[in-house]
Amino acid sequence: MSETIVIAEMNNNAIHPSTAELVAAAGALGSEPTLIVPCTDASAADGATSWNGISNIIAAKSSAFENYDAAGWASALDAVMPQGTIITGTSPQSKDLAARIAGHRGMPVVQDVVKIDGNQVTSPVYSGKAMQTVSLGGASVISVRSNVFSPVQEGGENNVSVVDTTGNIATSVQEFMERASKRLDVSEANIIISGGRGMGSPENFSHLEAVADTIGAAVGASRAAVDTWEAIPHSMQVGQTGKTVNPNLYIAVGISGAIQHLAGMRSSRYIVAINKDADAPIFKHADYGIVATWEEALPVLHNKLQTMME
Amino acid sequence: MPNIIVLVKQVPDTNAKILVSGESVDLSAVKMVMSPYDEFALETALQHKEAAGGEVTALTVGGPGAEKILKDAKAMGVDHIVRVETSSSMDTNALQTVLKQAITNLGAEVVYCGKSAADTGAGSTGPGVAARLGWASASNITAATFDGGVSVMTPGNGGNVKLSVPLPAVISCDKGNLKVRKANIKGIMQAKKATVDVHTIESPISTVTVVNQSLPPAKPAGKSYQGGDAAAEVAQLLRDEANLL
Ligand SMILES: Cc1cc2nc3c(=O)[nH]c(=O)nc-3n(C[C@H](O)[C@H](O)[C@H](O)COP(=O)(O)OP(=O)(O)OC[C@H]3O[C@@H](n4cnc5c(N)ncnc54)[C@H](O)[C@@H]3O)c2cc1C
Ligand SMILES: Nc1ncnc2c1ncn2[C@@H]1O[C@H](COP(=O)(O)O)[C@@H](O)[C@H]1O
Repeated sequence: MSETIVIAEMNNNAIHPSTAELVAAAGALGSEPTLIVPCTDASAADGATSWNGISNIIAAKSSAFENYDAAGWASALDAVMPQGTIITGTSPQSKDLAARIAGHRGMPVVQDVVKIDGNQVTSPVYSGKAMQTVSLGGASVISVRSNVFSPVQEGGENNVSVVDTTGNIATSVQEFMERASKRLDVSEANIIISGGRGMGSPENFSHLEAVADTIGAAVGASRAAVDTWEAIPHSMQVGQTGKTVNPNLYIAVGISGAIQHLAGMRSSRYIVAINKDADAPIFKHADYGIVATWEEALPVLHNKLQTMME
Repeated sequence: MPNIIVLVKQVPDTNAKILVSGESVDLSAVKMVMSPYDEFALETALQHKEAAGGEVTALTVGGPGAEKILKDAKAMGVDHIVRVETSSSMDTNALQTVLKQAITNLGAEVVYCGKSAADTGAGSTGPGVAARLGWASASNITAATFDGGVSVMTPGNGGNVKLSVPLPAVISCDKGNLKVRKANIKGIMQAKKATVDVHTIESPISTVTVVNQSLPPAKPAGKSYQGGDAAAEVAQLLRDEANLL
């Protein structure tokens, strides 16, 4: 494999820890990558100076990185990135950037990689109902899911070269709108607790929120919950026509486990299901299945988690 | 008045069971439909036309079987339906190069597509085609308003961002609060008579090639408990056994 480049996942001008997994993925492709850090302040790159497995770090500094614009980011990064295979994360923004850069450089892109073997990479297709392995015949862009590769460890010593760059920003921001809820979004969370129609009413989601607050989880929902209750926004929906999530722990409460819901969460590392119907399909996918009503199970779960977290 | 293109793709019905025979997915017995997000792209394109005038063309790259979804689009109200013939499987570079050429040939100020196709789940086409055309792009939009240009709502900055998108642009559509219109009888009658414009475009060689397709590894059976009190034990196992929390 020729050169590899990792584009750091960023969060408030700091490197997101999942970036260390992307560096490990580059290692699996066979080379120590150049780590590119898109930033407005080069100190953002300091977060990775002690990581192993990196050949060098470039802090790509530009005001273009203040807000996300696909054209602006791709052109600003293209100007400072070496040639080679490029690796990004799989947040919606990162997948968009991966595709835009691939287009910019006339390269192919493969999204949502969950396995790397030589130059062969595997991703879920048909909403996770099948896996597809492809061979990369040349330099490509790939986005790699989190919780697949073990992050590279500390212990290295990397220098940062700071490079100023500019991007051709196409879109312009008219307005930022805060999320109605201050809660973590399901696409950003490592633990998710989701409710379905079995919750009975949108007010009952407060029981899910209580658990979520105890363990730092995000609250999600099935489409039936989103469609039935105005108070449950589409931004919470997990599944085929909602968000695809890949957390360490997914707790499904009052959710039957329809194929379209599974499409969005089946690759979660651990799945807990609470449902009063022992035959609910969700139980086939649960690591821990509890046949009970949520009215019985959630207070017990909440109490126990509270004592555990003290 | 803008020339509007909407990209639509034929995919297996999302309810369908996916079978694998040998080393590849077997879709021969599966019902094929328009990819769900493409319906939102189509609705947005039609609303754009209603606000600003112009014409809407639905475009797909695929085999003759894909003409069914073009007829569906016609029944919903698009003006023209175009299929670009494909011979072999293409990587994203080949597909997007073909789409770029088709869009250039047709002439367009704005292209709408789905945020991701139900088969690939990728979300690569919108931003990739925009880059190849040198156009602006906005992705995963949940709402659009047409005020001369296009303003869209997209997730970002931990909330939502309202963006002005300069045309020409490629815009990929999420579900949002759109209600997709149903075809009426007149539309369905017109669609029956409509002819599909078929084009052929040379595609570059694909460097990413499929090695095999398989079913996902079966998950070992989980542990099952009766009654709400078991939730305490499960919480403890999440720490002791799963090393979470
Ligand atoms: C094209 C398409 C796209 C779709 N996209 C999505 C998607 O993105 N996401 C999605 O989720 N769905 C999606 N669906 C819908 C999907 O098919 C299901 O209808 C939906 O997931 C069902 O939601 P649910 O499990 O909450 O409701 P139900 O199927 O009604 O299940 C409710 C469950 O709650 C249980 N229950 C009831 N009372 C209690 C109680 N007191 N305590 C515990 N359990 C209780 C019941 O036993 C039942 O299993 C899509 C469908 C189509 C056709
Ligand atoms: N072969 C195709 N023909 C027409 N449009 C396509 C094709 N493939 C993808 N698209 C469009 O691009 C969107 C995203 O596809 P993907 O990048 O595969 O997730 C789809 O929802 C379609 O709108």
